[in-house]
Amino acid sequence: MIHFILLFSRQGKLRLQKWYQAQDGPEKKKIVRELTSTILTRSDNCQRKPKMSNFIEYRDLQIVYKRYASLFFCFAIDKTDNELGCLEIIHRYVEVLDKYFGSVCELDIIFNFEKAYFILDELILGGEMQETSKKAVLNQIECADKYQEEEIVELALKDIGLI
Amino acid sequence: MALQKVKGNIERMFDKNLTDLVRGIRNNRDNEGKYIAQCLEEIKQELRQHNIAVKANAVSKLTYLQMLGYDISWAGFNIIEVMSSTKFTEKRIGYLAASQSFHQDTEVLMLATNMIRKDLNATSQYEAGLTLSSLSCFLSPDLARDLANDVMSLLTSTKPYLRKKGVLLLYKVFLRYPDALRPAFPRLKEKLEDPDPGVQSAAVNVICELARKNPKNYLSLAPTFFKLMTSSTNNWMLIKIIKLFGALTPLEPRLGKKLIEPLTNLIHSTSAMSLLYECINTVIAVLISISTGMPNHAASIQLCVQKLRILIEDSDQNLKYLGLLAMSKILKTSPKSVASHKDLVMSCLDDPDDSIRLRALDLLSGMVSKKNLMEIVRKLMSHMAKAEGTTYRDELLTKILEICSQNDYQYISNFEWYVSVLVELSQMEGGSHGGKLAHQMMDVAIRVETIRPFAIEQMSLLIENSSVLLKSGRHTSATEVLYAACWLVGEFCSLLANPRQALVSMLTGLNPALAPHIQATFVHNILKLYSRLEEVDTEIDAMILGKLEELVSSPNLEVQERASTALQLVRSIANPDIGEEQLRKELQILYAGELNPVGPKAQKKVPVPEGLDLDAWINEPEPEESDDEDEVEENLAQVFFKDDRQERGGKKSPSEPSEEELANMRAQRLANQSSNPNYLKSYTPTSPSRQDMNGGEVDEIGIQSIDLDVPLYIPGLKSADSYFNIESSSRERKHKKKKKKKSKKVESSSEDDDGPNVAVSRNLDMPEGASLSDQEEESLDPLDPHSALAAISLEDLQTPPKGEKKKKKSESGDQGLVNLGDINSGDYIPEGVEAGEDSPIALHVSHKKKKKSEKKSKKSKKEKHAPKEDDLLGLEEPAQEQSADPKLTTSSVQVIGSDDILQVSLVPASVQITDTGFSVQITVDNTSQQKVKDINLLVGEEEFGLTKSLKPGSNKTKTVIIGMTNLQPGSPIQANLNYKENEERSIELCLVLPATAWLQDSSIEDENFAELLVSGKLEFMLSKQIQTSLNIQEATSVLSRHKIHVVQVQGGSTVSLHALSTSGHHLAFLLKPINGGSNFTMSLEGRSSCKELLAAVLDLAATELA
Repeated sequence: MIHFILLFSRQGKLRLQKWYQAQDGPEKKKIVRELTSTILTRSDNCQRKPKMSNFIEYRDLQIVYKRYASLFFCFAIDKTDNELGCLEIIHRYVEVLDKYFGSVCELDIIFNFEKAYFILDELILGGEMQETSKKAVLNQIECADKYQEEEIVELALKDIGLI
Repeated sequence: MALQKVKGNIERMFDKNLTDLVRGIRNNRDNEGKYIAQCLEEIKQELRQHNIAVKANAVSKLTYLQMLGYDISWAGFNIIEVMSSTKFTEKRIGYLAASQSFHQDTEVLMLATNMIRKDLNATSQYEAGLTLSSLSCFLSPDLARDLANDVMSLLTSTKPYLRKKGVLLLYKVFLRYPDALRPAFPRLKEKLEDPDPGVQSAAVNVICELARKNPKNYLSLAPTFFKLMTSSTNNWMLIKIIKLFGALTPLEPRLGKKLIEPLTNLIHSTSAMSLLYECINTVIAVLISISTGMPNHAASIQLCVQKLRILIEDSDQNLKYLGLLAMSKILKTSPKSVASHKDLVMSCLDDPDDSIRLRALDLLSGMVSKKNLMEIVRKLMSHMAKAEGTTYRDELLTKILEICSQNDYQYISNFEWYVSVLVELSQMEGGSHGGKLAHQMMDVAIRVETIRPFAIEQMSLLIENSSVLLKSGRHTSATEVLYAACWLVGEFCSLLANPRQALVSMLTGLNPALAPHIQATFVHNILKLYSRLEEVDTEIDAMILGKLEELVSSPNLEVQERASTALQLVRSIANPDIGEEQLRKELQILYAGELNPVGPKAQKKVPVPEGLDLDAWINEPEPEESDDEDEVEENLAQVFFKDDRQERGGKKSPSEPSEEELANMRAQRLANQSSNPNYLKSYTPTSPSRQDMNGGEVDEIGIQSIDLDVPLYIPGLKSADSYFNIESSSRERKHKKKKKKKSKKVESSSEDDDGPNVAVSRNLDMPEGASLSDQEEESLDPLDPHSALAAISLEDLQTPPKGEKKKKKSESGDQGLVNLGDINSGDYIPEGVEAGEDSPIALHVSHKKKKKSEKKSKKSKKEKHAPKEDDLLGLEEPAQEQSADPKLTTSSVQVIGSDDILQVSLVPASVQITDTGFSVQITVDNTSQQKVKDINLLVGEEEFGLTKSLKPGSNKTKTVIIGMTNLQPGSPIQANLNYKENEERSIELCLVLPATAWLQDSSIEDENFAELLVSGKLEFMLSKQIQTSLNIQEATSVLSRHKIHVVQVQGGSTVSLHALSTSGHHLAFLLKPINGGSNFTMSLEGRSSCKELLAAVLDLAATELA
């Protein structure tokens, strides 16, 4: 099961965090701090030395992270979980984001962070993979968006007294 | 109204929206904190407004700030307000904020229960879906309990989207509220066959997660999963299923055998690395659980190892890491097949990635053999020398020690080498390894007797050069090895070539910079060495006295105390006036005798001797003392450190002491102080030995220690490398020899046989009578929700209903296989599959089972009651046991008399009648709050002391032998229990001996039994009708406990039984069900030559069966 998901920039700025296992505030901050620094130092070495693996053992968890452009996607899973499978989940998420925003960049996620959350919620629920099909996820999220838009339009029309 | 609305809208235009906030933060990089504080103020303003849209905007901004790490828990109520909006747009914002900031202890959630329930059942699937997603983040136990039914009803929704989310959320519900598992399980099982692949996959996910923590309950789903595995092409789901099987196989090895083939096929065919990896993992798990009896066992392992090698060799670091990880699992079962890849693993030690290095280290420890140990350790040590950072260095050191010490130093052929390694390691820079090294040094030297002389020499060298250690190890833990060194040198000083030199170096090494506990050990061992000195040596005496006097003023209590004790001892010995030789010898005797290592669990395992009640008072507390609770508490607190006040307490008089008394006390106190070495007082040179010593000017002898920053090469300390060279050259020689001999004989020595075998003492001191098993009871973490889930049994949900099972049992009962295989047949295979018969597993298993049970019945008839252990599924047995158990226990104790203070009972099974009388086990319970004294049992003229006193709430059991003959079954024996509780009291006892006490164990042949019946000897006949919940089989087993044994089973339900009394009377019984075979009424008919006995036994049987 996925315990938490962090997205952060190369400067260590958090862009998204999702906790599937309850933690109290200071503990969360500690974990985020520790992980961002370990992962950033590991990837700093990347340029000089040969590539590092995408896995870190952290407490009793397995951390799987991957860097896409300037963003790090960091998932914490159980030791017994499949690390490669987790990498694929990360990739799936990035693919869906890419499709939804149309070649996604960090700014898309910063300014539409709630959309990024909604997409994540379609992909993963309670720490478990919910939908493996890219198409289905996109379809759901678009339908929900449409539902919301229709509502807005309806309300606007009501406001000005057309309906 | 309309005006207000317009006004609100206009105000909204000036509010910051989320984009403005994000942009603002980006534009105010320099004073972000200030800007956000200002924004938070605005948000608080907005939240105070009535317009829900404004609130939603504020909450959405808050969610962003929360992500940046700001606390928004104060806005919990506002979030709920936004969640309750009727508009989806706002609801979305509210639920997002909730899922981000709420957790299961959030209190405002209590207010939201009904709203969430309404949203779960919303008509729009997006609203319900949003609620489900969000709920999974903050589900509390209360919410889980209240909403479990609503989530369950979503499983039957027509929309796959909601079914899918509902199934996944169920897992969270189970974790928070385990009671939901049982009712939900059948529906969850149905979802495994849902037409929608997403729902199916979600159900697999949930069951996989549940089963990994508690596989037992899900074993029966194996056939379903097997079908899914062979038919599905969804890799995501396959991974989960295969993982699930990995959890199930340890419980059911036959399942594993079935799995090997499809899994190896997948390994060969799949191109997805994640699936390949999962398959390998599960194959390994399978192979571990069925380590023997597989024809292509070796082939599968070989396949795995090959595939893993490819992974490790891959340039992708991820695959390398996982390859090593999986390899370490294989290592446990077949170390040989892994050991051949040693070079590959060694090369991974140089990897820049420390995750990979650590995994490689793990592997190495399993790969060592006698032959390659030195090489591996040398490699690790060279790594340690160049490693950066103490964490990795410490990890390496721990690993070296672990590798070498595993299995009682199994792989070490040359202990001199190992001691050198330890000494060398102690000089390396490191974090916190000193303690481990010290422990290892002591362990080796104590347990390997042959190495002691060498080890002691090395240790004394180490002490001699302790200044180097002190310098090089800036961390104090490096000096920890000195603790071991000085203890060893002191303990085994008889092995020293030059004890005097060792003593001198120890005295020099004793440095106040050392940790106090090391100093204390030094002091103690200096004494040991001192006692060993052959001749009088005033120089040494002076040195010791000088050193000890320094330490007497040590701030540490332990050091101070030991130093002053030692000081006094040495002074007396060094004093020529007192018989020095005599004292020295006595000191030697003090340290004579060998210390054995004590088992780590020895203390726990000391059995409580029989008859010792640890709770009983050794000395009865004084009554008035026990009245005063404060006093008692004080006593308890001062078990170890009793202060004088307590001792004087008795003498203390309320009146002021007179002048005379005060003077006396003062004199006494001064005398006490002067004889107390710990009491700091103005120095008065009274001690004669002190004056003697002053002549020696000890203080000036101080030894100059060399201060060097670089660790010195210590001459005499053996380098571990030197051994490596010896070893390798000797091996070369061996190799040559072998080559020559090759033509004559095949190389027979396996690599593990190489090198001499050194005896390692495995003796650990254990208390007498301690059980040898090292098992510690595994305790489940009570906080883990899975332990609660594990406690829930799903058995009866999966197995056929009870009635069916019973039918099966009675059918096969005729063949006498009651307790063997048949109990389980059909339990493993759920109904649906059995009917379908298309599941290969099901067929396979049932076939095997039959064979097994046949084999077992042949093997031994005595084992009839044993198959519990052999029961491979373990699903049904416990439930059966439980249903029988209460019957066993209820009758085991019989109360024969009681009053408001005491309760007297006897154990019927313990009653034994002999020719001269009978013995009975009587238990007296003190149910009152008072203590009772002098409990005696009075039977006829005889009096038996049961116990002198009995504390409230405790009990006392004693077996009494009463010399009373002429006993009649069924007729009570008059007895009294006398005791004192303030006054003399007595209880009248009605001592009815159970009829079975007159019976003896016997068996009778069918023919003899028939003869007995026809002979007419059994002239008395009685019968009884018994209402019972037991069936015939259970009833006979109850009776057989009372020495009434089955002779014959007629027609499957009527049973004839027989018993023999101690006086030779036969009793014959016929037990049959009435009312057309129903189990609920039985008739028991008995015949005997002794009427009283028959009546008593029948009564007893009736009560036992009812």
